[in-house]
This record gives sequence, C-alpha cells and structure tokens, in this order.
Amino acid sequence: MYDFALQRPQSLNEAIEALSVEGAQALAGGQTMIPTLKNRLASPDVLVSIGGISELQGVSETDGTVSIKAGTTHGVVAATVESYPALASLAGNIGDPAVRNRGTIGGSLANNDPSACYPAAALASNASITTNKRTISASDFFMGLFETSLDEGELITQVDFPVPDAANYQKFDQPASRFALVGVFVAKYGNDVRVAVTGASEDGVFRWSEAESALAGNFSSSAIDGLEVDPESMIEDIHGSRSYRANLVKVMTKRAVAAC
Amino acid sequence: MSDKGIGASSKRREDVRFLSGNGKYTDDINVRGQKYVHFLRSDVAHGKINGIDTGEAASMPGVAGIFTGADFAEVGGLPCGWQVTDRFGEAMKEPAHPVLAQGKVRHVGDPIAAVVADSLEQARDAAEAIDVDMEELPAVMDMKSAVAGGTLVHDELETNLCYDWGFVEENKDAVDEAIKNAHHVTTLELVNNRLVPNAMEPRVAIGDYDASNDESTLYTTSQNPHVIRLLMGAFVLQIPEHKLRVVAPDVGGGFGSKIFHYAEEAFCTLAARKLKVPVKWTASRSEAFISDAHGRDHVTKIELALDEKGMFQAVRTDTYANMGAYLSTFSTSVPTWLHGTLMAGNYKTPLIYVNVKAVFTNTVPVDAYRGAGRPEATFQLERVIDKAARELGMDPIEIRRKNFIQKEEFPYATPVALEYDTGDYVATMDKLQEIADLDGFEARASESRQKGLLRGLGINCYIEACGIAPSNLVGMLGARAGLYESATVRVNATGSITVMTGCHSHGQSHETTFPQVIADMIGISEDQVHIQHGDTSNTPMGMGTYGSRSIAVGGAAMVRATEKIIAKAKKIAAHLMEASAEDIELKDGSFSVVGTDKSVGWGDVCLTAYVPHNYPLDQLEPGLEETAFYDPANFTYPAGAYACEVEVDPETGKVDICSFAATDDFGNVINPMVVDGQVHGGIAQGVGQALREHAVYNEDGQLVSGTFMDYSMPRADDLPSFVVDHSCQTPCTHNPLGVKGCGEAGAIGSPPAVVNAVLDALNKGGYNVSHIDMPLSPSRVWSAING
Ligand SMILES: Cc1cc2nc3c(=O)[nH]c(=O)nc-3n(C[C@H](O)[C@H](O)[C@H](O)COP(=O)(O)OP(=O)(O)OC[C@H]3O[C@@H](n4cnc5c(N)ncnc54)[C@H](O)[C@@H]3O)c2cc1C
Repeated sequence: MYDFALQRPQSLNEAIEALSVEGAQALAGGQTMIPTLKNRLASPDVLVSIGGISELQGVSETDGTVSIKAGTTHGVVAATVESYPALASLAGNIGDPAVRNRGTIGGSLANNDPSACYPAAALASNASITTNKRTISASDFFMGLFETSLDEGELITQVDFPVPDAANYQKFDQPASRFALVGVFVAKYGNDVRVAVTGASEDGVFRWSEAESALAGNFSSSAIDGLEVDPESMIEDIHGSRSYRANLVKVMTKRAVAAC
Repeated sequence: MSDKGIGASSKRREDVRFLSGNGKYTDDINVRGQKYVHFLRSDVAHGKINGIDTGEAASMPGVAGIFTGADFAEVGGLPCGWQVTDRFGEAMKEPAHPVLAQGKVRHVGDPIAAVVADSLEQARDAAEAIDVDMEELPAVMDMKSAVAGGTLVHDELETNLCYDWGFVEENKDAVDEAIKNAHHVTTLELVNNRLVPNAMEPRVAIGDYDASNDESTLYTTSQNPHVIRLLMGAFVLQIPEHKLRVVAPDVGGGFGSKIFHYAEEAFCTLAARKLKVPVKWTASRSEAFISDAHGRDHVTKIELALDEKGMFQAVRTDTYANMGAYLSTFSTSVPTWLHGTLMAGNYKTPLIYVNVKAVFTNTVPVDAYRGAGRPEATFQLERVIDKAARELGMDPIEIRRKNFIQKEEFPYATPVALEYDTGDYVATMDKLQEIADLDGFEARASESRQKGLLRGLGINCYIEACGIAPSNLVGMLGARAGLYESATVRVNATGSITVMTGCHSHGQSHETTFPQVIADMIGISEDQVHIQHGDTSNTPMGMGTYGSRSIAVGGAAMVRATEKIIAKAKKIAAHLMEASAEDIELKDGSFSVVGTDKSVGWGDVCLTAYVPHNYPLDQLEPGLEETAFYDPANFTYPAGAYACEVEVDPETGKVDICSFAATDDFGNVINPMVVDGQVHGGIAQGVGQALREHAVYNEDGQLVSGTFMDYSMPRADDLPSFVVDHSCQTPCTHNPLGVKGCGEAGAIGSPPAVVNAVLDALNKGGYNVSHIDMPLSPSRVWSAING
C-alpha cells in the first residue's frame, strides 16, 4: 500500500465533510478497496471509513419495500431480510463468510463490478438508490464497467427495493472467483417482468428486454425458448467465450423463471 | 488393526501445534535488525536490458542497498541437478540461470533488481523508482514453433530445444513396425495442463550473517534443507558447508515446488553477507504465481496398438515438455526418467517408445509437482486405453484386466527399464468394483437422467515409481546427487528417543508416523519418541522429502539405525543380566534372557549406557546413539485403481463429482488415517487439475490466470466424500518396512478417472466427443457438446 491517512467519522455529516477533500475516498467493508490498495492500484490520500456510522446500518421492511442502509453487510441482509427471499439469498451467496461479514451493499453498488450480484437485484427490482444528495433510480445508476452516476464524494446512504410478487436469482459461478460468470435476476411485479443480467456483458449489468416482453405475456420458462442472446457484446475471457455466456444468459433466465 | 505402533491411526501430534496457531513457519522468524527485500520483477516476458538506473531509488528513505545483475556477475548461476543425455548421445543444453537478470529477462517475474530497505513498503517504493531501459523482444510461447526456429530464449544456445530424448532408443524401429502392422491403433493428442503449485504458505527466505565467525544462516521454506545447502553453498555462493546452516522449520505445503533452489535464497544469503544485516523476503501470493516453479505442461501425442482381442501390442508417445525460461533444479528429469519409464503402466505392453522434446519458452520454469512425470504418463496412457476401449466396443475395465501384469509374474521387468517388485492389480480392481458399487451405476444414471443430467463413470489404473531412489542407478541416468536417506537415533539417558532425520515434513506427518515405527520396534510408547528435522546443523545429511520417499527411504534409514541401537542395547542388557547377547530378547520395552525369568527394562539399559558404572567399558563404548544411511535397492511401486462418477449438466457444461473411490496398494501401512489424508489431498489436487486449475499464458507471455480470481483451486465443496481403501497390500520386497509410499498416488491416479468419467457421461448421453483437454471447465465441456 501507499501511505494514506485514515479517518473514522461517527456521523454521516462528518463523513460527507471528510469526503469533500480532494484525494479522499470512502472505505466501507474494504473487500474491494483493501486488495486494490495492497496491489498499489489506488493511492487515495485519505480513506474515510464509514463502518462506524450507525445511521448507515440496518434493514427495515415496510409496505412492500425493503430498505437497506448502505453500510449493511451482505451477512446481515442474508440473515434478516424476510419479505424478499430472492434478495436475501443473493446476499447469502456472495463470496464467503468473511466477505459477507465485511462487504456492504453500498460498496457493492458503488463499485459496480460487472460480475457482482447486487447490481442485478437492484436493476431487476428498479431499486431507488439514495445518496446524501438525491435519489437515483437503478435504471439510471449503472453506467458501464465500474462506472456509476455517483459524483465525486457522493455517498450512497440507503437502497430501497420494491418487493416483487415473485423473484429468483440464478448465479452461475465463475470457477475461480465465484463471482457471477453469468447471473440473472428475474422479478415479477404484476404483469411487469424485469430481467437483469450480470457478469455477461462488456457494458456491465443490463436488462434483457426481449425476455422481459416474452415473459410479460407468458411467465414460464418456455417463453424463453425461442429467444437468442446476441453474443456480440458479451464478455470473452479464459472462463468462457461470448457464445458460452450468451447461452448461459438464456439457461439461467429459464431456470430463474422456473424457480419463481 | 492395532491401536498403537505400526498400523495404528495415531492422531497427528503436529496438529496440536498447527491447529492452535503455534506452528513456527519461516515468516514467523524475525531476526533482530532484519531488513526487507523487494524484488523488481520483469513485467515483460522477454526483453533486453539496455540499462538500469538505480540512482534515484538508492537515495530514497530507508534504502540499505540495491542490487542488480552486475552485483551477481561473479556469482554462480542456479544449478540444474540432472543432466539428460539426448537420443544422439549429446548432453542437454544447459543455459545459465542467473540469480538476478544478466542483460536479458526471460519470463514475467524474472528478477531484475532487488531493494533492501528498513521496511517492505520502503523497498517497494524504491523499486518503483528504479528506471529500467528495456527493449521488449517477441515472446517465445508455443513449444512446437519454438523448436522450429525464430526467436531464441537463450541466444547462446542457438536453439530452443533443451534435448530430444528417446527411450528406449533401441526399441524405436520395432515399435514403429508394430504400430504400422497393428490390427488397430488408437491415437490421442492431448495437453497436460500447466499448473501453479500454490502451497498454502508462500515462499520465504531470510539470510543472516555472523561476521565474527564468518557463518551464514538461511531460513527458508524448503522440502530439503541439506540439498539447498549443497547446491547453494557449493555451486552458487561458494560457502563451505561448515560455514552455512540452512533451516527449514514448519513448512506449509510444498508439493514439489519447495524442492528447488531458488534465486531468492541465494540473494538473501549473499545480501546479508554484503550488507552485514539480516535480510528477509516473503513472497506475496501474486509473486508466488510468477516465481514458484510451475508443474506439468506437456503436449503429447500417444498411439496404442492393439490386436483383435484388445491386447496391447505397442505404445508410442511424443511429448513436448515445457521447461520454461531456465532449467529449475530437477526439471530435466521430470519428463524423462520420471515419465518415460512409467509408460508400461500396469500392463504387459511388450514394445514401448517414448520421445520427449524439452523446450525453452518465455514462461516461469517448470519442475516437479506432486507426482512429477508420473501423472503425465498415467494420464496419457489411461486416456488412450479408454479411447481404445470405446473404439473397439470393449468394456473399459475388461480391457484393462486383460492386459494386467499378473500377480505371479512379479518381479516384472518392463520394456522401459523398471523392475516392478510386487503388485496385484486384479485384487485392487476387484476391490474397487466393490467399494465403488459399480453394479449400482445404472440405477444412479437413470436418477441423473430424470434431473436432466448426464452421468458418467470413469475408471483407471495407475502405477508409480517412488521411494526415490537407488543412487547408483540415478547417477547413471544423469542425477547429480545421491538419493539415499539418513537418520540418527539418539536414545536419551532415561530412555526417550530423539530421531534426527534428513527427511522433511511439510504435511506428511512424520512427527506422528516415524515414532510409530520405533515404538513398535522397541516396545515403548510413541510419545517417548521425538522427530527432529529441517535444520542442517542438527540433522545428518539427507536428501529431503519428495517422490513419496520419506517412509520408504528415510523410514528405512531410521529402522537400520534403530536396529543398531537394539543390538547395542542387548549387549548392555546381557552384561547387566550376566548372559550372552545372543540370548537376549527385546519385547514390550523389556530385555529378557531367553528361557529364564530374568529381565531388565528399556529405561535401565539406557541409563546404564549413560551412567556406565556397571558396564563393559573394555568392549563397548558408553552412550546409545546410532546413525544409518540407507540407499534403496529399487524404486517402490504403489499401484491402484480409481473410479469417479460425475454428473454433467449439458446446458451449462458444468461437471459435478458425485463420488470418487480409490483402491491403493501401498504395501504395509504405518498409519491408515494419515494415508487416507494423503490420498484425499492427492485426489483433491488431481481433481483440481482435471476440472479447474490452469496457468494460462497469452501470446505476449503474460500469465492471464495470475491470481485466485482467475486461477481456480478446488475447494472442499467441489469435492465429494472420498471412499478410499488400502487393504490390498503387497509389501515392498526390498525395504525393511515393506512400505511403498503414498504421497503422490492420489494426484497421479485421479485426473484420468475424472476425464474418463466426463467423456463416458457425454458419450452415453449421445454426444460423440472423444477428448477434452484439461481443465474440463464448464465452458470447455459445453463447447465440446456444442461442436
Ligand atoms: C473473495 C471475494 C469474493 C467475492 N465474491 C463476490 C460475489 O460472489 N458477488 C459479489 O457481488 N461480490 C463479491 N465480492 C465483492 C464484495 O461483495 C464486496 O464487498 C463489494 O464489491 C464491495 O463492498 P465493500 O463494502 O467491501 O466496499 P469497499 O471495498 O470498502 O469499497 C468499494 C468501493 O465502493 C466505494 N464505496 C463504499 N461504500 C460506499 C458508499 N456507501 N457510497 C459510495 N461509495 C462507496 C469505495 O470508495 C470503493 O471505491 C467478493 C469479494 C471478495 C473479496
């Protein structure tokens, strides 16, 4: 690591203040940040640890909405969310226990790793992502690989998930990292079906609109049979070709629908 | 089964230390005043160094010294321990292997410079400030084109071919002829995938120098401290043994990768001498990926000729073996003597010819990795047999049984130079069929089908040559070292025993199993015996642990030394009881005079040896301590039969291992629980190779799978509960314990079982796929299914 100063604000306001300084960066669970620092791939002057801010902790469930404070760990989401089982189970399958006990939903969304799980849930649920400044709809939040619409120093404070009638997340593990090689989150709200795909695309998490239309009319896995995913924009690496990923998108979508 | 001594599943005493966080590993050692090393490593695969400017770096905070190749120009290179002679009688090409790059870098990770500083971060900061003027050269990656010509890894050699080895060269024409005239020839081209060993503990080296008496100490993560002392002292740094101590304390796994003498060890030892401060280097995991010797990496074509009844007539195999950029310590022996000699397998194939071309490429050096050559031999042979069975419509078990060497044919001389002493391959196969419940396969397959999954069964056999090795034989074959083992058995005055062995335990449980042998021989309890290893200053010169040699060679040395102890103790007992030594019997820790009720206890005899008041001083020296060196007469030949069942998801290509059964003949077994553990670990690694692990280089020579984010290790939940059995025992005929060694078997026997199982699943499921190269990742299996 390069040298940096560490700050541990106790309130949201102190944190925002600390982050307004040039060269400051938020540190949540550190599951992405710490390895990045160790490899000397980032050199913030100040790390602002938000782990001690109680305003950023906790889950509440009211009237068909699950609200998760940004600093809540995957482990807590997995163990406490009741009204949205697909979301709880997604959180419970991120990484290993150590990762789940440290990593946070805010960190995951802000990082927007193209293979991360939460972005698929947020996009499929059209979650509202609230920051210290504004509320952003998930549809406007993810801007491609590791890019979001957050401004410098802007902090996610809370994420609100409307609870669907039915939902399921199918994650096909990348063999080494066990992030999603392809993950598909299907959520059904009345006749509206949203299908969000992570891991597959060079543009990051996306909605598979053909599948959504097909499923809106016929919510069964056979509705997907006739569809094909265009391999063109898929990721290709040592773990799978474009066409392999395109295949997985289809297979995982069908399985998610079947499991709903 | 006994509850103590040989045959007992005594609990691993070292676990008390390891599981309570009290293991003492090299990185736990901190020498007062030590400084830290960071190596500046090449980030290009191949390049010419036009200049290195360390000016700015040298003036940075905390920097004690910066070294480049120029500082090591006078120092010897890292030696290769085995000289292979090629088909034409010429010695292999042996390029220099500098400690720090001399003018050129040859793989990503090749050390260019080293910074020694007060803290690791300061050393890293300074390394970033070193300015290297590097002219990048094209990377030599593909072995076949490397041999054809073009860019050279080592300009002075004028070729990228290290050797072209033929074995047995005199059989070549006969083999060609047999294949030409055969009823049926099955041909298979395959890749044995390159692996990164990934021991849990990364390598560490600490150099310490005591200028007052000119003594150097190296603490290092090694499987064989005496070998390092000899190689580094004599060939690299010219430090005589009495001025050089090498200590390898607790070592967190080696799998071969910690046999070799590495540049970092020589660097830390020399830097400590030059700077007169202790110097410590701890590899990061990323560094381990690009500096630990890799394993396997063969590209092979094998042909098996059969007659109309399915009897094997001849085997011909051509292999390109990747050496990487330099010759690591035992690299050259792996694809030759540890590989070609195993091509008979468990079968009576009369004619065999093996050709191996060893090739230099711009990659990390490749050397022995758990099994070393024998997994590569087993894989190609057992895969081609499976393919032949499918082509001929024969049952894969039947075709093997037909060709087995039969029990009564031992000792059996193979056409590839080995003489198997014992074995019973029919018995292990019978046992396998029983423990793997092969009769129940069809029912299980139909359950899988209901779930939309394809079930397959993979069977294979293996034989290995281990208990390495007869020194005179390996000397003839090019080894530049002896391969005996040593033990000193020191009986303490009150009867407890300290054994100093030249072997080294880094997961093999010597501290538990070696005492079981002594306890049995003398009749005292195991906890009265302590095993000391890993320090050249207090153990006799031995060759260390690899090649499943510790119990077969090191254990034998310990037995010999203990026999000397017992012989002497009997003389003492005879004196005490006023009898003749020939009449003394040792049983359950008590000496008695045959035919009388006179007896004297072990403890009394030991005390007498050290308090020799009533003692035949005119005939016998006091004390009770003996050393023995044991040089085996032959290799040992563990063999077995493995079965793997898999389910393949045809939609995703994902393979799940449903069950894995292993029957191994290890001869006599000292501790069944420890043997189970060794087999479990070996199978896990073999499954890793078959399904997951792969060191992938791109054409520029960058290691694409250079972290655990992309290099897939097997994890507990990827594996079923193994069913293992070692009740089929044909004891080794030439060592005193009748043991064969069990450390590598699992890793040798399991990859073909897994791959055969997946192909069986696909073919039974209607997909006509004849081979998939390892690792059988979901995407590869899916691609094979989808043409
Ligand atoms: C071994 C391992 C396995 C993993 N497996 C998975 C997996 O299967 N699926 C998956 O989805 N993820 C996986 N992860 C990633 C994990 O979910 C991380 O926790 C997550 O990516 C980052 O969360 P964090 O709280 O650790 O953030 P940090 O690492 O602390 O921060 C990450 C980034 O987000 C910023 N940030 C943090 N909090 C906020 C906030 N409230 N507002 C704005 N910016 C913020 C930081 O400044 C930083 O840039 C894995 C990680 C590891 C180490």
